[in-house]
Amino acid sequence: MSVPVLSAQNIGKSYGSGANRFDALKGVSLDIQAGESVAIVGKSGSGKSTLMHLLALLDDPDSGTLLVEGTDARKLRGKEVNRLRNQDFGFVFQQFFLTANATVLDNVVLPLKIAGVPPRERKARGMAALEQLELADKAKNKAINLSGGQKQRAVIARALVNNPKVIFADEPTGNLDTATGAVVEDILFALNKDKGITLIIVTHDIELAARCDRQIFIRDGLEDTTESGAPRKRHAGAHAGAHA
Amino acid sequence: MKFIDIVKTAIANSFRSKLRTGLTVIAIFIGAFTLTITSGIGTGVTSYIDTQVSAIGAADVLTVSKSADSTSSTTDGPAAYDPTKATTVSLGNGSRPGTTIQALTAKDLTKIEKTPGILGVDPSVRVTPDYIEYDGKGKFEIIVNATATLTKADLAAGSQLSNASTTDQILLPTTYLKNLGFTNAKAAVGQTVSIGITDYTGAQQEVKATVVGVQNETILGVGAGLNQALTDTLHAIEVTGAPAGATDSYATATAHFDVASTPAEITTIKDDLAKQGYASQTVADQIGSFQTVINVIIGVLNSFAVIALIAAGFGIINTLLMSVQERTREIGLMKAMGMNGGRVYTLFSTEAVFIGFLGSALGALAAVGVGSLVSNILANGVFSALPGLQVVQFAPSSIAIIIGVVMLIAFLAGTLPARAAARQNPIDALRYE
Ligand SMILES: Nc1ncnc2c1ncn2[C@@H]1O[C@H](COP(=O)(O)OP(=O)(O)OP(=O)(O)O)[C@@H](O)[C@H]1O
Ligand SMILES: [Mg+2]
Repeated sequence: MSVPVLSAQNIGKSYGSGANRFDALKGVSLDIQAGESVAIVGKSGSGKSTLMHLLALLDDPDSGTLLVEGTDARKLRGKEVNRLRNQDFGFVFQQFFLTANATVLDNVVLPLKIAGVPPRERKARGMAALEQLELADKAKNKAINLSGGQKQRAVIARALVNNPKVIFADEPTGNLDTATGAVVEDILFALNKDKGITLIIVTHDIELAARCDRQIFIRDGLEDTTESGAPRKRHAGAHAGAHA
Repeated sequence: MKFIDIVKTAIANSFRSKLRTGLTVIAIFIGAFTLTITSGIGTGVTSYIDTQVSAIGAADVLTVSKSADSTSSTTDGPAAYDPTKATTVSLGNGSRPGTTIQALTAKDLTKIEKTPGILGVDPSVRVTPDYIEYDGKGKFEIIVNATATLTKADLAAGSQLSNASTTDQILLPTTYLKNLGFTNAKAAVGQTVSIGITDYTGAQQEVKATVVGVQNETILGVGAGLNQALTDTLHAIEVTGAPAGATDSYATATAHFDVASTPAEITTIKDDLAKQGYASQTVADQIGSFQTVINVIIGVLNSFAVIALIAAGFGIINTLLMSVQERTREIGLMKAMGMNGGRVYTLFSTEAVFIGFLGSALGALAAVGVGSLVSNILANGVFSALPGLQVVQFAPSSIAIIIGVVMLIAFLAGTLPARAAARQNPIDALRYE
């Protein structure tokens, strides 16, 4: 079997210290293969976002080891971590984090700007990403003037503008109505199937979780293996095979 | 992120909160404005003095007087009266009315002359002629410029006075020309004027002198300049008929030394004279002390401006700390997207430097505008009697230095907030409410 894109080995994370210390994650192990779609499911406060931040190298685990394509994340230099965050990972934040007064296009091309891509190419790639999400006509609008669903799509456009290998999506449909939610879901799965982008989705939505190849259930900072079902994996495998 | 993008983003960010940036810019503006004006006054006054005495005429001359210390010290009180010592100087021998100066006597002059390095010594005499007349066109009062033989004049026409010459030479100020009956400066050069002077007995005599040049009025003394020959002639008349001993004491004397002397040799001569109880100054010393006073005044003004700038520096710190706080999430987002800490730091310090640049450039620009305007008004008004005096002058280099220094202060002020921004952990920053 090929080296997993991300491999967590018994990773833990706690917040605060002393009496206020809270173990948000108590040792979770998982492997994510390239091209997979994985749902992280669990109750509120169970540690899903914490796990996702650790996987995306946005935070450091307190215990355990995280391997990125076989390399220990702790051994990566700052420059390499920044390259991974910028080029290989796309992150869809639950709260959008769009710069309110900047245009939609400017928001979407931010990762390219950070990468040092020249303006002309930035614009072309930004527009291509917006077109993919049917937002091209809103490119010049200020981000603050978008509807909720449009903001969600703008954030996805920003996550994929750099052609990442992995997209992390934290509750991508959490604050959308069912119809718009379905559109966003379709876009994400199309990226997974057509471009082979690895999807890691945190969600409360059982149906969205079911569309993924695999589900990882988190309860109180630990993986709940009674529900993280292998049968689903088989089912997902067949599903993926049908599309290959 | 490319540097050009950082600069563009920093500039755009500083305009996001226009009021806050505006207020900080005003604080810097005030400091930079003051600093530019004071440095402009410094440049203007210094360059005026420089043109006035550009090439110091007599680099080989020391003005010698008796030092007060030799007769009374501050701790011992006044020295015991010595009837043989010349204590006061009669008017006409170089003293100021109302002052008591320890006079130089003939004995002192020989002592000074014997000092190693001194080639010769002349007592300084101040002559007071009654009138000047040209070609019978009317008699006018004449004021003698006492420093004329020591400095090189700012000539309007003709040439400098020659102290080596035995002919009686006079240098007229431009302001005398019209009354005396000259059409212009050139016309006066080479003409002969008559100077009237009263001798000790009260009889008036007349002396002829050649106009060698015409000078623009200077701040180091107004009036006509006389060469040594003419001064001697006039002095000889003034003391004609005086009882012996009434005129042989002088306030100061002019001692000559080798023009090729090094500064160290000049210092040795001055130290030697000081040991014998004589204070001595070269022309450069005299002008130097004048410039020192001006420099001190400008220094005080500059320090006020610098205080204003330091206060403005805290304004920058405050402005940036607020904008770092306001943009905490944005910083978190940029870091989550792979922007490194160094770039975040550069982004915020560029913003500080830009605010500094904006304030200082506007301040310097306004100062140049206001300064030039005021300077022109003064030059045509209060200072119209001093042709060539532009009180405020701006040297591009000093303006560039001021802007540069302000930008440096801004950069230093920005370090603290920029560090705070650069150190943030992306997730903590994104969680910030
Ligand atoms: N910075 C922090 N300081 C202290 N506690 C924290 C911090 N971040 C998270 N926690 C705690 O860690 C636990 C896990 O948080 P996390 O955000 O991972 O939950 P989640 O599973 O994503 O929940 P939700 O579904 O509501 O988003 C929670 O109890 C939360 O209160
Ligand atoms: Mg969460």
